[in-house]
Amino acid sequence: MKPFGTLTSTVVVLPVPDIDTDQIIPARFLKGTDKVGLSASLFADWRSNPDFPLLAPGAKEAQILLAGANFGCGSSREHAPWALVDWGFRAIIAPSFADIFKQNATKNGLLPIALGVEACDYIESAVRREPSAKVEVDLERERVGLPDGTSFSFSVDTFSRHCLLNGLDELGYILSFTDRITAHERRHGG
Amino acid sequence: MTRTLFEKIWDAHVVAEEPGRPAVLYVDLHLVHEVTSPQAFAGLRARGLPVRSKERTVATMDHSISTLPRGPRGVGGKGALPVVDEAARVQLQTLVENCKEHGIELHDTESDAHGIVHVIGPELGLTQPGKTIVCGDSHTSTHGAFGALAFGIGTSEVEHVLASQCLLQRRPKTLEARFDGALRPGVTAKDLILALIARIGVGGATGHVIEYTGAAIRSLDMDGRMTVCNMSIEAGARAGMIAPDNVTFAYLEGRKHAPQGAAWNEAVARWRELRTDDGARFDRTVEIDASAIEPMITFGTNPGMGIPVTGAVPSPSDARDDVQRAALERALTYMGLAPGEPLLGRGIDVVFIGSCTNSRLTDLRAAADVMRDRKVAPGVRALVVPGSASVKREAEAEGLDEIFRAAGAEWREPGCSMCIAMNGDEIKAGQYAVSTSNRNFEGRQGRGGRTLLASPFTAAAAAVTGRITDPRALLGGEVR
Repeated sequence: MKPFGTLTSTVVVLPVPDIDTDQIIPARFLKGTDKVGLSASLFADWRSNPDFPLLAPGAKEAQILLAGANFGCGSSREHAPWALVDWGFRAIIAPSFADIFKQNATKNGLLPIALGVEACDYIESAVRREPSAKVEVDLERERVGLPDGTSFSFSVDTFSRHCLLNGLDELGYILSFTDRITAHERRHGG
Repeated sequence: MTRTLFEKIWDAHVVAEEPGRPAVLYVDLHLVHEVTSPQAFAGLRARGLPVRSKERTVATMDHSISTLPRGPRGVGGKGALPVVDEAARVQLQTLVENCKEHGIELHDTESDAHGIVHVIGPELGLTQPGKTIVCGDSHTSTHGAFGALAFGIGTSEVEHVLASQCLLQRRPKTLEARFDGALRPGVTAKDLILALIARIGVGGATGHVIEYTGAAIRSLDMDGRMTVCNMSIEAGARAGMIAPDNVTFAYLEGRKHAPQGAAWNEAVARWRELRTDDGARFDRTVEIDASAIEPMITFGTNPGMGIPVTGAVPSPSDARDDVQRAALERALTYMGLAPGEPLLGRGIDVVFIGSCTNSRLTDLRAAADVMRDRKVAPGVRALVVPGSASVKREAEAEGLDEIFRAAGAEWREPGCSMCIAMNGDEIKAGQYAVSTSNRNFEGRQGRGGRTLLASPFTAAAAAVTGRITDPRALLGGEVR
């Protein structure tokens, strides 16, 4: 996983609440055995609508998606963040996220940024006024900045932030407890 | 110190918890299926790591398999199960090879214990009170019905568990969902959970583990309790659980992996401690009068959009804010339904009875109670898909398959089937399906398809009338 670094990008706006992972990538595209190339199936069914925001000029370059509350609910499929990352997204801004999606996203270098509804509305208005507006995400300072100087702070739990900033995956951390895992198994008849 | 059921199980499984870091939580049972495991095994291989605890890992095939009837019987064996397509074949073969390489027990489609992962875990007695259970599948919450802490994980986490038998977890909050009173005849566990999700919404329990309590929960059999816990994720919950009791123990006793002899008595004594202490506090409590719950059905595109089957489709103009109004308008457009429209009497095209939510023997008996001596309505396609080979055998021993066949329904091999539309079973664009499964998301049962979630009674009633029907009208005195 690459260190997150800073991110300055245009934004795709998809202000629909409760976007489930079946929309992000329908189940018929889950028959593969690897993680790459899934952007072809990202929002596959919604893309048949010519007005779908991902089809707008410039959307392919955007690395930030602004979505409605409870983003990523439903199925635990990690194919959802894989497809978003494969498309080029590096951060999702939404009022809230489903638990499993949030965990899956951070493990793939995709930053879920939970901002209040008013902050999300403000960003949406700014982007709708000026689609080429670039939004800056500073994970180190936990801050989202807009071209007009407005900024919003967010909070990511310290361990996820540490892993994202340093490009670490969690398994190394877990395996550093191998002795204690073995001791647990001995205690519980493992 | 008083503790909740969740806290007792959590505390017993924390291997390490450093300041500012999530807990390292030990996993007692890891269930694996073909769709969410290939990349995890590949990751393990790339790191050169072994599977830490193959005896705590059990695999099955369920999502990508056909449930069509088997071909002609071979010499001394079962007939061959059809192959869905080349991608599915490769995915299944990958699971076979991964399990072989790592020595993992696999219940492939030829195994007598084969079936949907959340049906066979309990059947085999692998699912037990007090265990931590994970699977790369959000409906892992099902196993909480036994007083286990069970939840779905992503594929990266599948790799973590394969490698370390542990997961990093942030301690969730607790939510008590208390159902006092008794369910009325014709009202089932499915209606109970759909009523809860309609009340609190699809994000209503995000960040929480739900413990289901109250007289209505205690009176459910294990199949019903599994239905309730199964759909915890549809309210956004991390897990759902029910304290074990004599109903739980009676279900487990004698099962293949359940403790035997003296160990059984010791286990039961230990399991009896697995309940929320008097005075222990939940972060939140939701109370619902079970006696007021009606047979439920969903009208929209998430499981929180549910109403009594006798009710009317809500109007977007009554929504609490612009966002909800737009969401409701979008859902009604997709579903082809009008605000204020009653659902009773609306024609339907397909009925699906199955899935990890409602494919167990009790569910099939309920459907058979409605379909006995009746016919599937002209123009309606009805599928009955048992959750496992064991359920199929038991149902056939009772003659349920004959009831379904005589009615004109398809009696299938076990698997996820039309719940997930990645195995050849799907509805067509624009069709209405009354389904006992768990998700009515856009396209979930087939691109453009429209799903209405309901109980086995309500689904079977729709099959024989061809319309959305209050099942109580067909049940008469034979309600179980």
